[in-house]
Amino acid sequence: MSSPALIASNGDSLREAFGKALSAMADEFPKLVVLDADIAGGTGVHHFRKSHPGRFVQFGIAEQNMMAAAGGMAAVGLMPVVTTFAVFCLRAIEQARLSLCYARRNAKIVASHPGLDVGPDGGSAQALEDLACFRAIPGMTVISPADATEMALATRAILEFDGPVYMRTGRSPSPRLFGDDHVFRIGKGQIIRQGDDLTIIACGAEVARALAAADLLLRDGIQARVVNMATIKPIDAELVARCARETGAIVTAEDHNIHGGLGGAVAETLAATTPCPVEFVGVKDVFGASGEPEELAHHYEIAAPHIAAAAKRVLKRRRADARVKIK
Amino acid sequence: MNMHAQPANDTAATNLEDRLAEAARFVRMHAIASIYHAGSGHPGGAMSSADLFACLYGAEMNVWPRGIADPTRDRFVLSKGHAAPALYAVGAYYGFCDRKESLNLRKLHSPFQGHPHVLDLPWVETSTGSLGQGISVAIGMAIGLRLQNNPARVYTMLGDGELQEGEVWEAAMSAAHHKLGTLTAVIDYNKLQSDASNDVIMRLEPLADKWRAFGWDVQEIDGHDIAAILVALRHAGETAEPSVIIAHTIKGKGVPYMENIPTWHGSVKFTRQQADEALAALGASADEMKELLDV
Repeated sequence: MSSPALIASNGDSLREAFGKALSAMADEFPKLVVLDADIAGGTGVHHFRKSHPGRFVQFGIAEQNMMAAAGGMAAVGLMPVVTTFAVFCLRAIEQARLSLCYARRNAKIVASHPGLDVGPDGGSAQALEDLACFRAIPGMTVISPADATEMALATRAILEFDGPVYMRTGRSPSPRLFGDDHVFRIGKGQIIRQGDDLTIIACGAEVARALAAADLLLRDGIQARVVNMATIKPIDAELVARCARETGAIVTAEDHNIHGGLGGAVAETLAATTPCPVEFVGVKDVFGASGEPEELAHHYEIAAPHIAAAAKRVLKRRRADARVKIK
Repeated sequence: MNMHAQPANDTAATNLEDRLAEAARFVRMHAIASIYHAGSGHPGGAMSSADLFACLYGAEMNVWPRGIADPTRDRFVLSKGHAAPALYAVGAYYGFCDRKESLNLRKLHSPFQGHPHVLDLPWVETSTGSLGQGISVAIGMAIGLRLQNNPARVYTMLGDGELQEGEVWEAAMSAAHHKLGTLTAVIDYNKLQSDASNDVIMRLEPLADKWRAFGWDVQEIDGHDIAAILVALRHAGETAEPSVIIAHTIKGKGVPYMENIPTWHGSVKFTRQQADEALAALGASADEMKELLDV
């Protein structure tokens, strides 16, 4: 009898890219240890378990203990990487707060299965709150790379960075967006498509959809700028303000609740520096459901056409604002 | 045995048990004084754990003030973070912090926060205060030290009410699974928690059976018998399994008006008269009274 196919081994998913990168870089980071809660096959760290079994520590299905234990490992000089699904990181968020961030430990949390990208496992498994929750913890850096190339670069960046980090990977196969010349720096966003009519600021799985939305908008003569904002905290405030000044209208796009995540971070920056109309593309403060990721993206209105529609709304609001100012 | 941590001014005490009893007496007096000055704090658990603290810092652990950055030092994690006044007091007695400064408890700009914070005081090893996390941090330390071939031991103290946190049992399972023989957990089992007795709030018994079932070496002792504490700690250092010492204690121990009286279990405010009376009951001299209360 043959074994069932392991869905987790699908090619270009961000979790697989992360797991392979981590394994490949392990020898350069001798203090690196990887913590697992019985889902190494799903988070991509099965690669590390195979390549570096002596530095792979199993905690069983007990995320609170795993998260706080990472604090202890960091306290004695190791660099722990806690791996589990994003929704289970929420379960251990208070351990991340006290034993990692408050104690300022050099520990990393890498969460696979974020957002609607989880797909068929359904609403209970789809973490749509993690960016908001982890962003609210002082000292925590929050990252959500957009493709496999960027994931490998971000993996190196968080290992070189001294301090606690929360990083999303992704479950589903994702398109390659970036070539070998791509650069990732913590805290820096990038304009990946030029345009002056408005700016779409996206992270994670929504970056590919933002690029597709820009194509749709071009058919109507609208030139949308697209920013890949892989670091949600600290947000690249300078770039956000510059895009607001240069294009006058912003759309944010994330596979996350519209409250508190990338949209929140961008809006906070704009309110304090360069107020301008903003539309938020994300899950509208509801839970997810079972379905394929693309189906869910359309159902919950975070697919490319919805980003394009938000762009048209924000342009309309900017024109209205302009009339007010003329009076 | 740690011969490095000896207080400067206990020439009167000669043998080890007498010295540790004197340390415990200081811990109780200092904790009451700091809580008196703070206007809030948890005296009950500080009184019940004082003898355990004295034995850990005064005899068992290989840690001393000048070696606080030594990677081979033993680690202590106060999982029951609300006993911070007792930790600061034992630290003050053995020279990890200043005796007078550490009376400045729970005040803005003081490093002696209501619960221990490692960025304020490196010698407290980690930040605690949310029950259940300290034992997990201690487990992470024990695993991490072993991975680096470091023979240092790791100690943690838990409260009894704390054992109601599910994380403690996740931690208990993982310590046994990973065969952490270098880990010793001490439970300050004073039977009382914030609102009432353990039995009323959430029953813990049969407690020793629970830890045994989780794969730990278990000892039950009188947590105010210094000789028994020393023997138990010594035994705990010789087991292949993680060790737990269930120390039966009395909340408020040493201060007659506090012992087993529910009012003194949570965070309280002492009047000067109550502080005077408590220190007198602990045998404070006129000089000690002045040193601790008139600052």
